[in-house]
Amino acid sequence: MQIDLRTVAIQPQRQAFDHLVRRFGDKAASRYQEGSYDIQAAENLHYRPTWDPDHQLYDASLTRIVMADWYALKDPRQFYYSTYTLTRARQQETAEANFSFVESRGLADMLPDAQRAVALNVLVPLRHAAWGANQNNTTVCGYGYGVVFTQPCMYHAMDNLGVAQYLSRLGLLLGDTEALDAGKKAWMDDATWQPLRRYVEDCLACRDPFELFVAQNLALDGLLYPLVYERIVDQHLSAQGASAVAMLTQFMSDWFDETRKWVDAVIKVAAAESEANRAVLTEWIRQWSARAASAMVPVVELALGSGADEAVGEQLEAFKARVLKTGITL
Amino acid sequence: MDMKVTKKKLGLKDKYKLMTRDLGWEPSYHSKDELYPYMNYEGIKIHDWDKWEDPFRLTMDAYWKYQAEKERKFYAIIDAHAQNNGHLNLTDARYLSALKIFLQAISPGEYAAHRGFARVGREFPGVGPQVACQMQAIDEIRHAQTQIHAMSNYNRYYNGFHAFADQRDRIWYTSVARSFFDDAMSAGPFEFMIAIGFSFEYVLTNLLFVPFMSGAAYNGDMATVTFGFSAQSDEARHMTLGLEVIKFILEQDPDNLPIVQNWIDKWFWRGFRVLGLVSTMMDYMLPKRVMSWREAWDIYGVENGGALFKDLARYGIKPPKGWDDAEKAIDHMSHQFMLGLYQWSFGTAFHAWIPSDDDMRWLSAKYPDTFDQYYRPRWEHIKKLAAAGTPFKNYGLAKLCQTCQLPTVFTEPDDPTLTCHRETVYKGEKYHFCSDGCQHIFENEPEKYIQAWLPMPQLFQDPVNGDLGEWMKWVSLLDGKDNGDYAGSEDQKNFEAWRGLATTNQ
Repeated sequence: MQIDLRTVAIQPQRQAFDHLVRRFGDKAASRYQEGSYDIQAAENLHYRPTWDPDHQLYDASLTRIVMADWYALKDPRQFYYSTYTLTRARQQETAEANFSFVESRGLADMLPDAQRAVALNVLVPLRHAAWGANQNNTTVCGYGYGVVFTQPCMYHAMDNLGVAQYLSRLGLLLGDTEALDAGKKAWMDDATWQPLRRYVEDCLACRDPFELFVAQNLALDGLLYPLVYERIVDQHLSAQGASAVAMLTQFMSDWFDETRKWVDAVIKVAAAESEANRAVLTEWIRQWSARAASAMVPVVELALGSGADEAVGEQLEAFKARVLKTGITL
Repeated sequence: MDMKVTKKKLGLKDKYKLMTRDLGWEPSYHSKDELYPYMNYEGIKIHDWDKWEDPFRLTMDAYWKYQAEKERKFYAIIDAHAQNNGHLNLTDARYLSALKIFLQAISPGEYAAHRGFARVGREFPGVGPQVACQMQAIDEIRHAQTQIHAMSNYNRYYNGFHAFADQRDRIWYTSVARSFFDDAMSAGPFEFMIAIGFSFEYVLTNLLFVPFMSGAAYNGDMATVTFGFSAQSDEARHMTLGLEVIKFILEQDPDNLPIVQNWIDKWFWRGFRVLGLVSTMMDYMLPKRVMSWREAWDIYGVENGGALFKDLARYGIKPPKGWDDAEKAIDHMSHQFMLGLYQWSFGTAFHAWIPSDDDMRWLSAKYPDTFDQYYRPRWEHIKKLAAAGTPFKNYGLAKLCQTCQLPTVFTEPDDPTLTCHRETVYKGEKYHFCSDGCQHIFENEPEKYIQAWLPMPQLFQDPVNGDLGEWMKWVSLLDGKDNGDYAGSEDQKNFEAWRGLATTNQ
């Protein structure tokens, strides 16, 4: 039956679901709000986990951070599944175009050997670090509390996997499977990579979801992404005629610019919640960023040689300035 | 560095391997047990994670691309549906009871599955299964959200949808589905995979989704049909994952067989009980019916399930223990449920009703051996009471099964005139069950099931203290709007008035 309703006005009975009216007032809710707020079970959880009987199935006390309302940790991008996938689908189109541009014009083969070696030596082992990041964000999603905090971590985890896969493709394009083998060997055995691998494995052993969020998404990635993708790829390699590499890592640069705003927003709200939170966050960020910085020095040396210390030092200052804006003084 | 100009041609399988499992490494700064601490306590033995066969090969770039395409279509259709008052295309607003149950009980299950798969996607020490589980984790939050978004417009016009988040945690009948997912999530990673990945997604999902989405299509619910179609290719991936998991576990070690068999027995019965609500929807709640629950069971249960367990027989797997009892219940359960829902409809955030004469004729034809004999007389009696102005309401509290949390409304498998009731005394306390299946599940893990939150005792605690009005407030149930008989309800009046506006010149 086809009903023509052009002239029929029907009065809605209500604007939004009750839980959203309580939070945001009696008005239409956005799809982000509908898909995120209060959709995790909160009361009358039935059984304690057999794998962790001291805690509830969803348990805010798994972290030292205390929030009166975990739904305060809003994602400024307001990503729910749809807006997330649409955003990444557009970015992957660009990435695909970049890869085929480099491939079709033989730009990979034209790279000077020295720069190609730097690109491979620095970037390929990082596919393993990105896989570590994927598992860490999956942990935060799995064990964190409140959908607005955990949901973007799942998206972030899938992004980390995407980054690992783009790095793998880059390795294959510039150095075939041998490059991936060599990268993995370096990740496992070379002294250069051991501080970073240790950092990632320490993160994997960390079971406080918020500390893990800090260690991975703020401290490590907050140094690694600008050092590797801005300084080494976009500046150093491009200046030496290897800008093709920057085309292959554009996804990572754009992604870092976007996601850091979310990470900062989460930290800012958690720090503003209480002095106790601020103290815990300060302690975590200090510890993990100092370790991340020293783990990055040998990696940056692969590209910048003796300039690595200075580059990491500058980046650490920039990082402190960034963190200061979230209300935390390091 | 001396680079080759021509690249090796990699097959799809090898390429995917480089994009996934080659990313992993053997940790050396921490032991594997420390990083993956939940791998041993269930007793499952895995010797070689590399033997895992990827059930599908989807890199993230392809995932984003395909999923975004589906998302664009989905939201275009539900936007149009909302804009054009698509809800007036429904056969009848009675249909919405099925949707209300879905939003209150099943969509929260999608969210729980999202979190559960995130956890196992972290805990398995093999990149192959981790990636597959993570993709399911992100798919499941998609399903929760697309369902909420699809039903959001119904909430603007009809009662019973508005408090789904409160009712998920508080109202009595949602604890059937909640306890099911809580049970799976509180189990270890391997059991979770057998519970949700295999038993629910592979064995039972067709019984939920096919009738549901077909029911939506038959009844003019474009919004629900759209999320059904949109979820279909995700579900196909989830099913292949479920099957791969069970085969992988069984191939790894013969000692795994009895553990897995026990889980299959348990989760088949748990799932069968949850799906009981679907039987009622199919036989009673769809104004335009797709097929009977019996017919659906014959196709998706007997035929498909039979073929599956035949296939798994080579591993030594037997059909689930409760299979025969399930078969015996098929011709009874939808009627028993609907009779229960009708008499307790003062306490449900959806409407129930007395089937019309036409409905009863259809039920007689579909259930020739049971309906006229056992259930028609009860409906006729209830109809008389309603006509006399004294509708049948059961203000007595339903006795809930400690395991599945359904009221004990079912009959003995071999005697449809006798209500089935089982009891177990554990540590001096008496526990009630609806069936042998639920009793066995309890007795295998009593320490787990004694923790169950039972909604009925809650009635006598703060803040309700036995007061029905307080209880309704506590579960956000609007008396006279959300609950009761469909006949005379606001939903009925509004739907008819709006449809009148849209189709006549009155």
